[in-house]
Amino acid sequence: MGKAKPARAGRKPPGSQAGARGVKAKPNPNPFEVKVNRQKFQVLGRKTRHDVGLPGVSRARAIKKRTQTLLKEYKEREKSNVFKDRRFGEYNRNMSPEEKMMKRFALEQQRRHEKRSIYNLNEDSELTHRGQSLAEIEKLNDIVDSDSDAEEGGALSAELTATHFGGGAGLLTKSESRESQEPGRARSRRELLEELIAESKLQKRERQAQRENALELTEKLDQDWKEIQMVLPHKTPKADKKEKEKPQPDVYDMRVRELGFEMKAQPSDRMKTEEELAREEQERLTKLEAERLRRMLGKAEDANMKKPKHMSADDLNDGFILDRDDRRLLSYKDGKMNVEEASHAEGSREASGSQSAGEEEEEEEEEEDDSGGEDAEQSDGADSHADLDSNAESEEDPAGPETGSLLTPAERHLGRHWRAQAAVRAELPYTFAAPESYEALRSLLLGRPMDEQLLVMERIQKCNHPSLAAGNKAKLEKLFGFLLDYIGDLAADDPPDLGVIDKLIVQLYKLCQLFPESACDTMRFVLRDAMHDMEEKLEAKGRATFPGLDVLIYLKIVGLLFPTSDFWHPVVTPALVCMSQLLTKCPVLSLQDVIKGLFVCCLFLEYVSLSQRFVPELINFLLGILHIAAPNRPTLGYALVHPFRALGKGSELLLVSNREDVATWQRRSLPLHWANGLKGQTETETNHVRLSCLAVCLALVERCVQLYGSLPAFHHIVQPLRTVLAEHLDLGLPQELQELGQRLVNKLQSQEQRWRPLVCEKSKPVPLKLFTPRLVKVLEFGRKQGSTKEEQERRRLIHKHKREFKGAVREIRKDNQFLARMQLSETMERDAERKRKVKQLFNSLATQEGEWKALKRRKFQR
Amino acid sequence: MDPDRVAAGRGRALGRLLEAVLASRAEANAVFDILAALQSEDPAEIQEAVRICSRLFGALLERGELFVGRLPPEEAVMTGSQGATRKYKVWMRHRYQSCCNRLSELLAHPSFQVQELALGTLMKFVQLEGSHPLEKPKWEGHYLFPFELFKLVVESLLSLEEDRALLLSQFQGYLEYDDIRYHTMKAAAGTVARVTDGRAEVPLPFWNNAFTLLSAVSLPRQEGTTPSLYVKHTEPSDKWKAVNLKEHRKAFQLMWLRFLQHKLPVSLYKKVLVIMHESILPQLAQPTLMMDFLTSAYDVGGAISLLALNGLFILIHKHNLEYPDFYQKLYNLLEASIFHVRYRARFFYLADLFLSSSHLPAYLVAAFAKRLSRLALTAPPEALLMVLPFICNLLRRHPACRVLIHRPQGPELDTDPYDPGEQDPAKSRALESSLWELQALQKHYHPDVSKAASAINQTLCVPEVSIAPLLELTPYEVFEQDLKKKVPEPVPLEFIPASGLLGRREDLCAHYFSLS
Repeated sequence: MGKAKPARAGRKPPGSQAGARGVKAKPNPNPFEVKVNRQKFQVLGRKTRHDVGLPGVSRARAIKKRTQTLLKEYKEREKSNVFKDRRFGEYNRNMSPEEKMMKRFALEQQRRHEKRSIYNLNEDSELTHRGQSLAEIEKLNDIVDSDSDAEEGGALSAELTATHFGGGAGLLTKSESRESQEPGRARSRRELLEELIAESKLQKRERQAQRENALELTEKLDQDWKEIQMVLPHKTPKADKKEKEKPQPDVYDMRVRELGFEMKAQPSDRMKTEEELAREEQERLTKLEAERLRRMLGKAEDANMKKPKHMSADDLNDGFILDRDDRRLLSYKDGKMNVEEASHAEGSREASGSQSAGEEEEEEEEEEDDSGGEDAEQSDGADSHADLDSNAESEEDPAGPETGSLLTPAERHLGRHWRAQAAVRAELPYTFAAPESYEALRSLLLGRPMDEQLLVMERIQKCNHPSLAAGNKAKLEKLFGFLLDYIGDLAADDPPDLGVIDKLIVQLYKLCQLFPESACDTMRFVLRDAMHDMEEKLEAKGRATFPGLDVLIYLKIVGLLFPTSDFWHPVVTPALVCMSQLLTKCPVLSLQDVIKGLFVCCLFLEYVSLSQRFVPELINFLLGILHIAAPNRPTLGYALVHPFRALGKGSELLLVSNREDVATWQRRSLPLHWANGLKGQTETETNHVRLSCLAVCLALVERCVQLYGSLPAFHHIVQPLRTVLAEHLDLGLPQELQELGQRLVNKLQSQEQRWRPLVCEKSKPVPLKLFTPRLVKVLEFGRKQGSTKEEQERRRLIHKHKREFKGAVREIRKDNQFLARMQLSETMERDAERKRKVKQLFNSLATQEGEWKALKRRKFQR
Repeated sequence: MDPDRVAAGRGRALGRLLEAVLASRAEANAVFDILAALQSEDPAEIQEAVRICSRLFGALLERGELFVGRLPPEEAVMTGSQGATRKYKVWMRHRYQSCCNRLSELLAHPSFQVQELALGTLMKFVQLEGSHPLEKPKWEGHYLFPFELFKLVVESLLSLEEDRALLLSQFQGYLEYDDIRYHTMKAAAGTVARVTDGRAEVPLPFWNNAFTLLSAVSLPRQEGTTPSLYVKHTEPSDKWKAVNLKEHRKAFQLMWLRFLQHKLPVSLYKKVLVIMHESILPQLAQPTLMMDFLTSAYDVGGAISLLALNGLFILIHKHNLEYPDFYQKLYNLLEASIFHVRYRARFFYLADLFLSSSHLPAYLVAAFAKRLSRLALTAPPEALLMVLPFICNLLRRHPACRVLIHRPQGPELDTDPYDPGEQDPAKSRALESSLWELQALQKHYHPDVSKAASAINQTLCVPEVSIAPLLELTPYEVFEQDLKKKVPEPVPLEFIPASGLLGRREDLCAHYFSLS
């Protein structure tokens, strides 16, 4: 009760304002009412709220409030009637005041109507005045007749006019002004009224005239409109009609709307010319190539690493890192805060690029050259891709064998089988369900000729295209794995069906392009299997053996499906590790091992041909192959590493056993199926295989030399190769190989290299060690320190509760005092009343007595 | 069914004979029948006979019906005029002797069950003979052990002909007893000495057997625990040699020295060196006696040197061995094969220890760093991931060697001044060179290796990288690490479409390989 006082003080009229604010706003004129609380000493920053008070005023206000509330309650304490507010919707909050009013009004009307209608006999209740209906009078009031004017004199009494026109006050003032205008004539009230009436009638007439004019004009306009209407086309009246009957849309109108909103025929794209198409393709390839280069250099990661690290001022710069720090440095660019991280990283990357050493720049130039060359290659590739597409089309379209003259050899090969394919097509069903298991796919494909297999694969893919049904994506994703297994099986067969694999690769590539993630997972799984097998063999037997052709083909497929030049790639990097294992852990014991090893070397070189990365295992293996092609020597000028031994089993594996076979040897490429087994060969054939292996090995060495010529330690890398070529491998080789060897030696020796001492990149100057000031929260008096937010909140609430409680107790006490005072005054009043009445009684009795005595005295006197 | 019945009948017959012999001395000649069964061809019959023998002589030993003391020759006693009881005891002792001999022969029987049973029986005899000694104690509390019998067992275990690894692993169970262990060591030392004495070529199985037995012996770590004796004695004494740890150590040392003083086959050499630092050196009475063996092994070269390094380290570290040119030899151990041998982790662990001293001269450390980086040019990725931080750690420890990676005003050279053929690290001129090899390895195909090699591009930060977790890195782990990394979205794909297995015509594979 009392607490609300200061809040309400502001709303009160200024006269009753109290409290410090009120005083300040409007100083109280009475200085005796102001109570000033003197401060003993000043405290800076302390807010004083109670230095000045108006105790009298506030007490008076409190008492007033109590009389209004408490006293009323007190007085009605024994009364049992209750006031009930039955106004409609008074306590309904959902209704707005307007609604309430409307409803109430309606109810009131209804009620009145019901009451009145009892006595209303005829339907229309007409109000009458002097026997005339009021409505009639209303209609005719513009007709001014003179006799009514005359009549008015008698009818309008002064009182009447006064009541009708709102009292005479206005009239009086008017008359006064009139008097001031015409001072000579003093007019009576009646005259004044007459004048007024006349005036109003004049006005009425004017209004009437105006209305008539307007009517006339409208009619004329209508006339005009009708005339024009005849001239206007037939459409407008319809539109008019439509406006009238809006709810039903017209058919025509709908048609018009439809036409209006219909998609306009867009201008179609111009057919692109061939140059444009080529250019687009070129651009796309350039973009992809740039992307590839970026990944190759691993720049994305570098850029992330180069991001300036947050460094605390307390950092001792000892390289100690407490934890990963992901704060970003505040940086500015063109005066604006740098928010975008990407642009920032870009900048730093550029900076790092410019910092790189001169050698790297050279390399980059070389790479650019290379990439220029590659562009040409890629355009070739694109062509072949286009050919491929046309090929696919021609396969689909039976009328296209005429294109055969333009086809690549492979396609020509296909074309030769054209008739067979057509026959096949007739036999094969057109739809295939996607196989749910590897066995299902195998049974679908196995036993069919190559063309049919390809066709089946194609149809499976078409029938289960992801856009056709929801589950097709998962089915095709699985198909990739099955196809891979199938290829593995084909490769493991004896003899391996490499022709089919060769064709299936295209399908595999398409599937991979469709579902990169699942293809990636499947390939990783296959690689993991291969590694696992090798690991098991290594643990069981102590040495691994070269895996079958299937693993080699998987590795090759990895290189075909994924970019091999990336700095890190989820499939290619494990594949590289796997290949490194093949070359280091598997001893070379037979010619098959040599062929497999050479194939892996070839793969390695292919993998790194773009990125020009260094592969130590490759050099080691080639060295080993050259070693086993040379006769054993007591002293070597080089060190052999693991799978090869200087002496012992297989140390002369590639040595030609018969000199005469050398002459008959002809250079040829190594058939891959030899990797699965060389059977039934004569000694001469074996020697020829040996020489072929050696030829491939030398060619690979040449590639290596080209590739690594720019490496800083090139001489040390190729040192053993040079030794073995120059000193051990000179006798008894075919002319071709001898020349190749000699050329290699010359190249190795002539390769110039500068030995520039290494220099670290300049490190940034170490910043001075500064010590950031320790920030401590300033102690505030009166506030509880050192606790959590919840605790503080709880304390605050407790404090508030205490204060409120005290206030309430005080209020109750004051209320009681007030009531006691009231009761006392009531009692006093009652007592006074009683005394007064008693006194009155005594008075009357005394008067009676006196009168009686007087009467008696008078009797005596008589 | 038939052979079973025959065997059962034979077993019953032998059992009857046994009862007869034990019941009366008059039936003693039945012992010959029992012993004859030991010579049988049938393993089942032999087993039965062995069991019967075990019961028979076990009972006789317990009854004391065998002659005690030095055994006189049989003919002399039989023809002599001693009492019948003495004659019987001597005679029976001779039968016991022949039984033991036959049992030790049976240890070489082709059937393992027979071997096992014979060994068990012999050990039971050892136990019984120990508690009922067949020789007279020379003084009160004299410790008696049936050493002759036990030596017989050990000698036949260390066969010259065949590998007895299985039986030896059975025998290993007895080595937990202090007395058995002690006498095994003595017997083994004696046997090794006897076998190798005057023989030019000792067969390989003997060495393998001997090594199996020797390596199975392991001494208790500390003295003071109550000795566990196989042969039960009524009043054991602390003064007996068989329960004294010091005596054990002496015997252990003698045994190994006897064993190692001979020229061992290479495979065995490696095995000995592998367990040297853990099982042998700490248990010797005088570890310094191994010095000769270890230094000669260190001089052999190759893997043996690597393995000898561990033992040598203990001698140098704990026993003040002064080894001249140790570092030079260590330097010469660094060969290309070091990254491919099985003991790579152990070698680099030790090399890290040896090179951890900050008092090494800079030329030495530089030579090591240069040599390692030169060898790294042929290393597989898992070794590179270990050796690159190793080299960086060397450079961190020795700031004087930082010229190898940072030589700002150095002149451009025509060749690498480092001489890889030089044996002496002081003359290898490594300090004048730079680690160009690491620069080449920055182009390595494996991203982690490339990153590790790129560490030299920046100034090396102070704290060393711990190579302990990298030591045992296997290629399979490297592979798994790559598989575990998060796959980027989207997976980068080759944009040049594949046209066939071998790629396009200009590809390498298509050049050198063909499909048919």
